Amino acid sequence: MKPVGGTDIISTVEFNHTGELLATGDKGGRVVIFQREPESKNAPHSQGEYDVYSTFQSHEPEFDYLKSLEIEEKINKIKWLPQQNAAHSLLSTNDKTIKLWKITERDKRPEGYNLKDEEGKLKDLSTVTSLQVPVLKPMDLMVEVSPRRVFANGHTYHINSISVNSDCETYMSADDLRINLWHLAITDRSFNIVDIKPANMEDLTEVITASEFHPHHCNLFVYSSSKGSLRLCDMRAAALCDKHSKLFEEPEDPSNRSFFSEIISSVSDVKFSHSGRYMLTRDYLTVKVWDLNMEARPIETYQVHDYLRSKLCSLYENDCIFDKFECAWNGSDSVIMTGAYNNFFRMFDRNTKRDVTLEASRESSKPRAVLKPRRVCVGGKRRRDDISVDSLDFTKKILHTAWHPAENIIAIAATNNLYIFQDKVNSEMH
Amino acid sequence: MGTMFARGLKRKSPEDGEDMEGGLAGARATPSYSLQRQSLLDMSLVKLQLCHMLVEPNLCRSVLIANTVRQIQEEMSQDGTWRVVAPQAAGRAPLDRLVSTDILCRSAREQEGEHPAPDVGDGHMADLVPGLAVVPSAQALRSPQSSLWEVDSSRENRGGFQKSLDQIFETLENKTSGSVEELFADVDSSYYDLDAVLTGVVGSTPSAHASGLQAFASAAAPPPSSSCRSDLGELDHAVEILVET
Repeated sequence: MKPVGGTDIISTVEFNHTGELLATGDKGGRVVIFQREPESKNAPHSQGEYDVYSTFQSHEPEFDYLKSLEIEEKINKIKWLPQQNAAHSLLSTNDKTIKLWKITERDKRPEGYNLKDEEGKLKDLSTVTSLQVPVLKPMDLMVEVSPRRVFANGHTYHINSISVNSDCETYMSADDLRINLWHLAITDRSFNIVDIKPANMEDLTEVITASEFHPHHCNLFVYSSSKGSLRLCDMRAAALCDKHSKLFEEPEDPSNRSFFSEIISSVSDVKFSHSGRYMLTRDYLTVKVWDLNMEARPIETYQVHDYLRSKLCSLYENDCIFDKFECAWNGSDSVIMTGAYNNFFRMFDRNTKRDVTLEASRESSKPRAVLKPRRVCVGGKRRRDDISVDSLDFTKKILHTAWHPAENIIAIAATNNLYIFQDKVNSEMH
Repeated sequence: MGTMFARGLKRKSPEDGEDMEGGLAGARATPSYSLQRQSLLDMSLVKLQLCHMLVEPNLCRSVLIANTVRQIQEEMSQDGTWRVVAPQAAGRAPLDRLVSTDILCRSAREQEGEHPAPDVGDGHMADLVPGLAVVPSAQALRSPQSSLWEVDSSRENRGGFQKSLDQIFETLENKTSGSVEELFADVDSSYYDLDAVLTGVVGSTPSAHASGLQAFASAAAPPPSSSCRSDLGELDHAVEILVET
């Protein structure tokens, strides 16, 4: 376990495809990349730790003079491109502009030039008596980050998602009302593939909340809405994918109906499983697993913090009800994870149906310590370390979590601290 | 605090202060339910109006709140509790507009390059809330049965609250064009009290509105007050910008 302090609120966390690198974006427009140190041969039981690899300023605040509005530099999403050569690439986006960054390493430098000396100054030619071939000598590792593409002016509304296609050539970006398809090499145009903007904005009742490409089928993608529905679209069917191939929607439970029903049904995140067979969605109180072959209802529903159901009015009042929590699959799609309040995060084992609540905090965690399961008591018998619902801290919300693609390593963003937990996690299920 | 705001669920005895459940449609007709529904409506309208002026408002949040207002209005229409009340200060000069729908509609219109059409902007919310019941909401707060709003709120706060609500409701009824800065022209300190009250921050005069929510606010106190202050800061900033333009 390794807490890393920062000065800004972390707004996104993402492992790369091997899990060797972990990128975080923050509210100040900065990206910090962590790299996993190779495991030491001397201590085979010690896990590779993540250390800072590179830090760079991705986005700056901007001002839209036409509308007299600020454009925040906050990084909404980071997505890694699959690695195709020695360099690493990632896409980072704020509300309006997506940027492609290339990360390269330099650990050698040429020495022994004929015409210039060690400092780079030109030599006096009369002192040069023989020719030499410059050789590469090792140097301290330097990580260089450079912006390769800037995809601007594609979005009128705020970008909430980006997703790289499995073809590794295209990616999509989604805002509240539209989804665009870009080619990674072309910045001056994009193709609009979904547009749910009504002709009359007064008729607007539903927005796009998240979207993602299928991990294997490059023609399929899904997008979620503020009304709790998922739409699976096939790009082969039409240029404008307004007609979905499949609509996934769970009928409302009439016994639980309230004025807040729609708000809590709004999907804040959608993720395909690694297998591509399932989708995971997060709404305010639950996480749901959907089978791509069944549109009528999710195959599994897990309660994240059902004790909040009786507090919805207060949560509406202080705007917490609009918090957008993310969700994650583990590498084998057997465990799902999502964040909650009070710096708690929850894990659900789909096979054993067991779940656990854990806390990300400096006080309760020391390096190498085993995380202790937490419990929120809702009345009835209260155990010693239980927390009561009323003493939950709603300012400590874990919105962003990520799971290593293969191993049991998770990254948890708790406001402006990043926690990385390794191993031992599965054994805590109860 | 923390009452379950649910429609059509059976109501428990008042000793169990935490939960309010109901199962019968009859529960909807009770004064307490109407009060809570009204206060939810008021809260929603204020939320829409307090959309951040400096950064573009979160469209998803605005749409969800607007849908909630629509739902309440539909139900109130069915109940027959939707009344048209004449505006209190008919002679009031500034013809205000509900800022939030304006932003919802205007930012999109501007982006499309259309000319702003004030009627259209007003029409949005006016369709939803043709003539909201203005005064009764404040007066109804005196009911001792209310579990959300308590009876003995200070007169000063009540007056400020009512005045701000009046301001908001009048903007909905007026269909003639106006400018956004006039909305801010009448903002005074009572408006700020409203903000404080609704986010559960306890002011210098202990208001019953705040105390009812205090137990919850104590758990979530820092951000509401800081967002309160940032809202006020943004309000100031927005006024500066409008004055300059």
